[in-house]
Amino acid sequence: MNEVLMIAGMAIATFSIRYVMFGASSRLTLSPAILSALRYVPPVVLTAIVVPEVLLSDGTLYLSYLNARLVGAIAAVTVCALTRNLLLTIVLGMLTFFGWQGLFSPLG
Amino acid sequence: MPDAHSLPSNTEVRSRPISRYTEFWTGARDIFPLIVGAIPFGIIFGTLASSNGLSVGGTLAMSAFVFAGSSQFIAVGMIAAGTGWLLIVLTAFIVNLRHLLYSVSLVPYVKPLSPRWKVILGFLLTDEAFAIAIRRYEAHDRSPFKHWYYLGAGLAMYINWQLCTLLGITVGQLIPNAAEWGLDFAMSVTFLGMVVPYVKTKPMGIAVGVAGVVALLAYPLPHKLGLMVAAIAGIAAGVYSERLLNAQRPA
Repeated sequence: MNEVLMIAGMAIATFSIRYVMFGASSRLTLSPAILSALRYVPPVVLTAIVVPEVLLSDGTLYLSYLNARLVGAIAAVTVCALTRNLLLTIVLGMLTFFGWQGLFSPLG
Repeated sequence: MPDAHSLPSNTEVRSRPISRYTEFWTGARDIFPLIVGAIPFGIIFGTLASSNGLSVGGTLAMSAFVFAGSSQFIAVGMIAAGTGWLLIVLTAFIVNLRHLLYSVSLVPYVKPLSPRWKVILGFLLTDEAFAIAIRRYEAHDRSPFKHWYYLGAGLAMYINWQLCTLLGITVGQLIPNAAEWGLDFAMSVTFLGMVVPYVKTKPMGIAVGVAGVVALLAYPLPHKLGLMVAAIAGIAAGVYSERLLNAQRPA
């Protein structure tokens, strides 16, 4: 295993992908259709990251009141929809998750 | 308070724009919950890498120069399995493809910056930095220093990743089950809190719903490709339903 080659290669591969669009940005004009499609990127990507984290356990669907992540996520979405306050959403979501885990995890 | 949207309402009445300094530190502060979520992963990476055949220098260098959690974990798994370096590099490339979606979305905002800024902000682009930065850019105030906010958030994330890697290498063996603390859930609740305000229109609701369902179905795909597939499906569903709804509306 050549460690230096591996790390240098990974660094170049990762930076290239992150940088290529920024580097080209001054010569790049995005059409209105593309810009309008890109409005969906943040909510869609964040959803795609969170949903498996919350609903899957070891790759299988875990729909149960015992799933503390699911209960915490429902609490977070509810708080956010009602208050639009991100900090409150995070704090109450975490508290619900830890509280629920504490209540049910000792029972397995 | 991690709430970029609180900035504009304060500044609209102010005549002077928010300073570079304020933007920088607000960014560093707003990314805090996502930093908390990354802590266990940084520690686990440091612990696993040094016990799976990567040298201490190599482990530190990987966090410092690659700075990409998912591909670093996958690399460690592949090292342990005896995979050659070229295949590991190619895999890292594929795992990181999702950053293209992030950087294209940021193009309108980074366009006016100097080449040096583009290099630095590109290097600091992670899932977390993107989530935080795009939120600031989309806020309606016209601060000329939003890139300082992005820099503050990105650097805070970067420094934390280095410290956690170091912690994992040095005392990782003594830290029990960092994976089971549940700190990673901080990322989930933060992202949920960021998604909800977007869902104001039917197409956005459809886009988010489709992305969620496809993310579950495509989860078994290797190299985090499920995330890309789900994002593209969500975008397509949003654009398509927007078009349908506009067509239905009487002119």
